Amino acid sequence: MTDTTREPLIRLEHLSKFFPMDTDVFGRTTSVLKAVDDLTLDIFPGEAFGLVGESGCGKTTVGKMMVDLYRPTAGEIWYEGQDLAKLSKRERRGRCCDIQLIFQDPYASLNPRMTVGEIISEPIRINRLVPREQIADRVGYLLNAVGLSANYRNRFPHEFSGGQRQRVGIARALAMQPKLIVCDEPVSALDVSIQAQVLNLLSDLREEFGLTYLFIAHGLNVVKHISDRVGVMYLGRLVEVAPKRELYRNPLHPYTKALLSAIPVTNPAKRTQRILLEGDVSSPIDPPPGCRFASRCYAKSGCASCACDTAMPELVEVSPGHFVSCHLFDEGKRVLDAMPR
Amino acid sequence: MADANILLEVRNLSTDFGMKRGTVHAVIDVSFAVHEGEVLAIVGESGSGKSVLSLSVMGLLQHPGRVVSGEILYKGTDLLGLSRGDMRDIRGNHISMIFQEPMTSLNPVFTIEDQLTESIRTHMKLDAKAASARAVDMLRLVGIPSPEKRTHDYPHQMSGGMRQRVMTAMALSCDPDLLIADEPTTALDVTIQAQILALIGDLRNKIGMAVLLITHDLGVVAETADRVVVMYCGQVVEEATALELFERPLHPYTLGLLRSIPTMEDTETDEPLYMIRGMVPNPLNMPKGCAFADRCERRMERCKTEMPPLYDAEGRKLRCFLFDPSADPAAGRVAS
Repeated sequence: MTDTTREPLIRLEHLSKFFPMDTDVFGRTTSVLKAVDDLTLDIFPGEAFGLVGESGCGKTTVGKMMVDLYRPTAGEIWYEGQDLAKLSKRERRGRCCDIQLIFQDPYASLNPRMTVGEIISEPIRINRLVPREQIADRVGYLLNAVGLSANYRNRFPHEFSGGQRQRVGIARALAMQPKLIVCDEPVSALDVSIQAQVLNLLSDLREEFGLTYLFIAHGLNVVKHISDRVGVMYLGRLVEVAPKRELYRNPLHPYTKALLSAIPVTNPAKRTQRILLEGDVSSPIDPPPGCRFASRCYAKSGCASCACDTAMPELVEVSPGHFVSCHLFDEGKRVLDAMPR
Repeated sequence: MADANILLEVRNLSTDFGMKRGTVHAVIDVSFAVHEGEVLAIVGESGSGKSVLSLSVMGLLQHPGRVVSGEILYKGTDLLGLSRGDMRDIRGNHISMIFQEPMTSLNPVFTIEDQLTESIRTHMKLDAKAASARAVDMLRLVGIPSPEKRTHDYPHQMSGGMRQRVMTAMALSCDPDLLIADEPTTALDVTIQAQILALIGDLRNKIGMAVLLITHDLGVVAETADRVVVMYCGQVVEEATALELFERPLHPYTLGLLRSIPTMEDTETDEPLYMIRGMVPNPLNMPKGCAFADRCERRMERCKTEMPPLYDAEGRKLRCFLFDPSADPAAGRVAS
C-alpha cells in the first residue's frame, strides 16, 4: 500500500480550512480557528485510509471538504485530473456522485418523516441514476447489500435500532455508486456488539463494490481493524502517516505514542504504565508558532536544540511510507530512542 | 459473602417503568455488594439497565420509574425506607455520583465556585470562606491548573475534560465513602479519559473510597475494576473478579462482548471481527426464556422456554444453563 508509483485516487494538497472567529470594526478578521492547516495526503484506489485524532483536531473538516460541504480556504483537492476545490457548484454536481459520506450519528442523519425506501431512492431519483421503473429494484438490492430485508423499505427510521439505521445510512451512500466513501466515525455511536457488525459490513462492501474509504475515528483500535494506512492528526496538522502495522509496531511521534498507550487494555493482567499527557488539547484559535503539540509534549526536553516552540516541523519520510512531523526526526537528528519510557 | 466490610449491598432489586404500552422491567432482581475501598464495575450495553440501577441506588429515579421490590442497604440501613431529608444527607455526605454528561450536568449560569461551595456548605456546615478554600483545594486535587483563578470561571470557559474534573471535584468534595461514576469518561477523548481514570484510581488509594463504576466500555473496566458485574436486559448474567472475567469469560454474552472488541494485539492477518448476531430484544416484549437465547451460539432447547437462575459455579455467578450444576451435559438429563 506504500507504492508511490501508483496514481492516487484523490490527492489533497496543502489543504487548509480556517474559520473566522472575530472581526474588528472594519470587518477585518482578527482571529481565526485553524481547523485544518496545510494538510497533504494521497489516498490510493481500493485502500482504506484511517484518519485518527481527538475532538477538535480537524478530521471531520477534512472529510467535509472532500464532499464539498465546506469550501477549503486554501489548497487543492485533485480527483481525476480536476481540482474539486475550484469547480463551480454546477460542475461539482456531476462529480459529487463519486464521493459519498456516512455520518456519525445514525439518529440525526435520517429524516424521521421519510420512509427508508424514500431516503435511499431520493439520490437515485434526483441524479437519474437508473430509469424510474427500476428504482424499486435498486432500493431492494441496496437494502439486501447492507444486510436488511427489502421489506423494510416502507418503515420509518424510528422503527430501527442504531445499528440498523447506520446500515440505512450506508445503503444511501451506496445508492450513488461511489468510488470513495468518507466514513465519519460510523460506529462511535453504537454499542460494542453492534460496532463489530457494522465494521464487518463495511469490510465486506469494500470488497464487493471495490470501494475506497477514508475512515475517520477518534480511537486507534477501531481504525486498526479496517485500515491499510493510518494518519494521525493533532490540531489541524497531520503528525504521522504510516502503513497500519508499521504505525502500531513502531509509532514515532510522541503524540501517537501517547494515543496508543491511552487505549485501555482488554486484559487487566496487562495493565501497563501509561503515557499520561499533561493538560488539555490547546485551542486551535490563533495557535502559537511552532509545533502544535509542544505545550503537551513530554519528549521535547529530549532535544534541547530543537525549535519546537518557534518552528513548525515538516512531515518527513523516515522510512518508506512512514512520515512523521516532529523536530526529533528532522534530518540528521534522529533521536529515536531519546524519548522517555 | 457476608463480610463486615460491606459498604453497600443491593438485594433483589427490581425497577419498573410503567409505560402506556406496557411495563418495562428495567432492572430485574439484581443483587450485588460493594466492599470498602473496592472498585466494582457494572458493565452492559445501552438498555441493559445499568444507569437505572445507579439512579435507583441514589434515589434519583423519576416518574414513571419505580423500585418495585428489593433492598438497598448502605452500612446496614435500607435507603429505600429513608425520608427525603435523610436521603439527602446520605447523598453527598456518604454516597456521591458523577454523571455521564459533563457538558450538561453543570449549571451554565453559576461559576464553578458557586456550584462547588453549594454542596460543601450544605453538607459540611462550613462558612463561605472555608467553603471557598475547600473548593480550591478540591480543584487542585483533581488536577486543574491554577485553581484559584479557574474557580471563578463559568462552565463554558472550560473544556470537556476540565468539566468532568470539576464534576469529580464536586462529587468528592464531601469525602464520600462511595462514589458512583456513571460512564465518567464516555464523552471524553482517549487521552483525557486516561487522565480521569488515573485520577479516580489515585483518589481511591488516597482517601480509600469505594467506587461503583457504571460503563459500557470493557476497556475502562479492565483498567480499573476489582470486580465486575455484567448485565444484559436488566439482569445480572455474570459476576466475577476482573482478573478471572477477562482471563476466562464464561457466559456466552460476556465472551461475545470481549471477542467483538477490535484488539490492539499485533496480528498478521485481518480476520473479520467476531460479532454477536441479532439485536437486544424489545423491552416491552421480552422472550419467555433466557433473554440472550436468540443471539446465543450455544443455545439449548430449554433456554427458549425457561429462565436460567443465577448459579454459583466456577467460583463466580453465572446465569446460564451451561453451568447448571445439576445437569449432566453428556447425558442430557437432570442428574439430581
